[in-house]
Amino acid sequence: MPSEPTPRLAYDRPPLDEVIRAFTNGMAVRTGKVTLDLSPLVENGNAVPVKVTVESPMTEADHVRRIALFNERNPQPDIAVFHLFPGAGRAEVATRMRLATSQKVAAVAEMADGGFWMAEASVVVTLAACIEDLI
Amino acid sequence: MRTLINVPKTANKGEIVEIRAMIAHPMETGYRTGENGVPIPRRIIHRFTCSFAGREIFAADLFPAMSANPFLAFTTIATQSGSFTFTWTDEDGTTQSAAAEITVT
Repeated sequence: MPSEPTPRLAYDRPPLDEVIRAFTNGMAVRTGKVTLDLSPLVENGNAVPVKVTVESPMTEADHVRRIALFNERNPQPDIAVFHLFPGAGRAEVATRMRLATSQKVAAVAEMADGGFWMAEASVVVTLAACIEDLI
Repeated sequence: MRTLINVPKTANKGEIVEIRAMIAHPMETGYRTGENGVPIPRRIIHRFTCSFAGREIFAADLFPAMSANPFLAFTTIATQSGSFTFTWTDEDGTTQSAAAEITVT
């Protein structure tokens, strides 16, 4: 049986699920614990506010080690990787990112016990960040 | 590069405080072209760290999908009076630092 052709992007980058798999080293990722605070409709893709919160007491025994932010359709999948430590009080990080087009964004958290949790959100971008030279 | 740090001046011991840090920086992706189609060279801050009393309390690896003038907000528990140190490192190795004091009672 011929398989469905995978839709090609205008630039060469790995798909989102592959990027997440590389971050978790192939470990299973569960949905939950992570809240991705992101407006579903943004006007300006050059500065999209995003906040990630993970349910965690942030103690020595039970804390979030890393939170990675990935995109689905920018020229490159990585946005940022945050490194957190016990004593942070809350596992909460806010920043501003670029989105080249309407797409999904994923936040993946690595816990101290080695487990991974994630959340995804879809964003419609009306004014894309500037990459028109590629398209 | 100008930096903008927002840390409460005072806090109660055990209180969770929010820290906000921003630096004026183009975070140029290398994908854009300027006048006459000349490519604008890539210029990216790829590492941010925040330490308190010499101990790292937060760090971030940044990529071209971060907005220009990268902004980061995170939290820490106020344990004692002291100084936060912030460092931004460019891919070319240049670094920029800033500091902020907090008084914990």
